[in-house]
Amino acid sequence: MIVVLVETDADGAAEMSREAIAFARGLSAAGGGVPIDAVVVGELPCSSEQLAGQLATYGVRDVYHATGEAFGAYGGAAWASAVQSVRDSTRAVVVTAAGTPRGMEVLAHLAARLGVAMAANVVSFEGLSPFTVTRQVVGGAALEEMVLDERPAVFTIAGHAVEAQPAESPGAGNLVEVAPEVAAADLVARVVSAEPPAADLSGDLKSARVVVGAGRGAGGADGFGDLLELTELLGGSLGVSRVVTSLGWRPHHEQIGQTGSRISPDLYIACGISGAIQHWAGCASSKAILAINTDAEAPMVAKADYAVIGDLHEIVPAINAELRKRKG
Amino acid sequence: MTNVLVCVKRVVDSSGEVVLSEDAQSVDGRYAGFTVSKHEECAVELAVQATASTGGTATVLTLGEPDAVEQLRSALAVGCTAAVHVEADPSAYGPADVAREVAAVVRDHEAAGRSHDLVLLGNDAADSGDFQVGIRLAYELGRPVVNGAATVEVADGEVVAGVAGPDGHETYRVPLPAVVTVLEGGVEPRYPTVPGRMKAKKVEIEHRTPAVDPVGPKRVRLLLPPPQPSKVDVLGRGADAAPAVVDLFERLGVLAR
Ligand SMILES: Cc1cc2nc3c(=O)[nH]c(=O)nc-3n(C[C@H](O)[C@H](O)[C@H](O)COP(=O)(O)OP(=O)(O)OC[C@H]3O[C@@H](n4cnc5c(N)ncnc54)[C@H](O)[C@@H]3O)c2cc1C
Ligand SMILES: Nc1ncnc2c1ncn2[C@@H]1O[C@H](COP(=O)(O)O)[C@@H](O)[C@H]1O
Repeated sequence: MIVVLVETDADGAAEMSREAIAFARGLSAAGGGVPIDAVVVGELPCSSEQLAGQLATYGVRDVYHATGEAFGAYGGAAWASAVQSVRDSTRAVVVTAAGTPRGMEVLAHLAARLGVAMAANVVSFEGLSPFTVTRQVVGGAALEEMVLDERPAVFTIAGHAVEAQPAESPGAGNLVEVAPEVAAADLVARVVSAEPPAADLSGDLKSARVVVGAGRGAGGADGFGDLLELTELLGGSLGVSRVVTSLGWRPHHEQIGQTGSRISPDLYIACGISGAIQHWAGCASSKAILAINTDAEAPMVAKADYAVIGDLHEIVPAINAELRKRKG
Repeated sequence: MTNVLVCVKRVVDSSGEVVLSEDAQSVDGRYAGFTVSKHEECAVELAVQATASTGGTATVLTLGEPDAVEQLRSALAVGCTAAVHVEADPSAYGPADVAREVAAVVRDHEAAGRSHDLVLLGNDAADSGDFQVGIRLAYELGRPVVNGAATVEVADGEVVAGVAGPDGHETYRVPLPAVVTVLEGGVEPRYPTVPGRMKAKKVEIEHRTPAVDPVGPKRVRLLLPPPQPSKVDVLGRGADAAPAVVDLFERLGVLAR
């Protein structure tokens, strides 16, 4: 049995969770068709029947929906206790989740509770006996082969390591409503209030034909004027690196990468972005990439189809001027 | 008054080319130099701020080779008041081993009348990236844990932590003693001053040997992703390349009509 923790967003099962199920299908096939069950916790964006129906198309057999007062607000320990109760009743030998902040947190709690190892950011599995996985380390600059010889094997899957494809043959998608007991100690650390995030506007970015990307090289929250003008001139969308969202220069919905959106435009113009593997995970499907970077040795330049070497604050305004000139 | 313990790990600076050690068990830092992760720099800053506002102590801890004293001195130079060095080869330690050693320090200090009501760690170490030492530590100590906090404030026996999560700007309020792991972005780590460095040199570091033998990480080996041959077409340098860029836009058919 394989259990996958599934997170949800406005569309139902989140893309990275669907990727995790697709990864689990590969594992299931290698293991001779081990069933895949899903756990979802707390309030859902749709009815639990709808979600179970969606997960069935991804090949899921049973969908455990844990509800109760304990899950009214998010808490890592409470969620882990829900996953643990499902793992106990299914005797799962593998428990996995997407490598999102919550996926990492909940599975780390689970692994600590069960006294087993946890592998973060797995990209592939190498063999079943011993169960060996490869995962990203050193911020993606290196990989680590790791043996998970305890049961259950607990690991998270790096974003966009596999495609979120539906299954060739659907699963049963049986809905199982459960109300696991949660110990008081597991309810101490939980969200007490949340200011809702700004509306998710990433739809435009994901479907844009041209994306202008900006990284640390933009220099500050006020360094985006020329980049926004180029975006406007090309009728495209602005996308950014995680450094840019972490520093609060631009909102999170503009982030491209492993923990952001995955884009596939006709042209991606990556300005002042080094091209870390986690960023690359979100832009690799672009049909053409133009890198603008002061560093001719930056990985983004090496991986791009086209490059201009130099300061984006000189190059981008010059491109804008040339565009305006030719438009007349 | 809050006494904070903050954990930092000496790691190879991986902003340049990454080179593996001969046995493929660790990253070779002979040429690249060493640092601590951005998350941990922020954790140190939050530790110093928490003690400044409550009048307590900030102790920095590392488990590492003798050279890791360098990272302890850096943290002392920006305001930590004490330092603990658990001397061991970190590549022989898995995340559960590290958590056990940190817990041993917390317990020993507590027995000696120096309790750490708040322990801060990074969300993930820059090299091994296990994303779990803080959570395992919380279970070792039987304390609540908040994960991935950008801001941490201590008042009236509780810690208030801000997390940028899927529910938006999430707030946690947890009674002390507690564990919090920190994600960069909520504070700007300060630079050391000259007097800060001078003071740091004088602080006596507590050296310890590990409390128990490590189980070890589940690592088989590290490997580097195969290099991809570059096929980049460099259109030019600087502003002069603009016409070539717009020609490219025309060829790709991406100009808005
Ligand atoms: C688990 C995990 C998940 C992650 N998820 C993501 C993700 O989803 N998306 C993401 O982007 N990152 C992600 N990251 C972070 C990633 O590892 C990198 O740290 C990040 O992508 C680097 O952003 P950057 O390229 O903007 O900054 P840097 O790496 O600092 O690069 C800045 C670049 O700008 C260039 N530059 C500087 N000034 C100029 C100038 N004036 N003109 C032109 N060029 C200039 C520099 O030469 C350099 O190449 C993740 C990391 C982890 C560990
Ligand atoms: N050898 C170490 N010494 C001190 N702190 C450590 C060590 N290893 C990990 N940590 C702490 O635990 C955090 C998470 O590490 P990890 O779970 O390994 O990704 C790091 O950011 C550090 O704060």
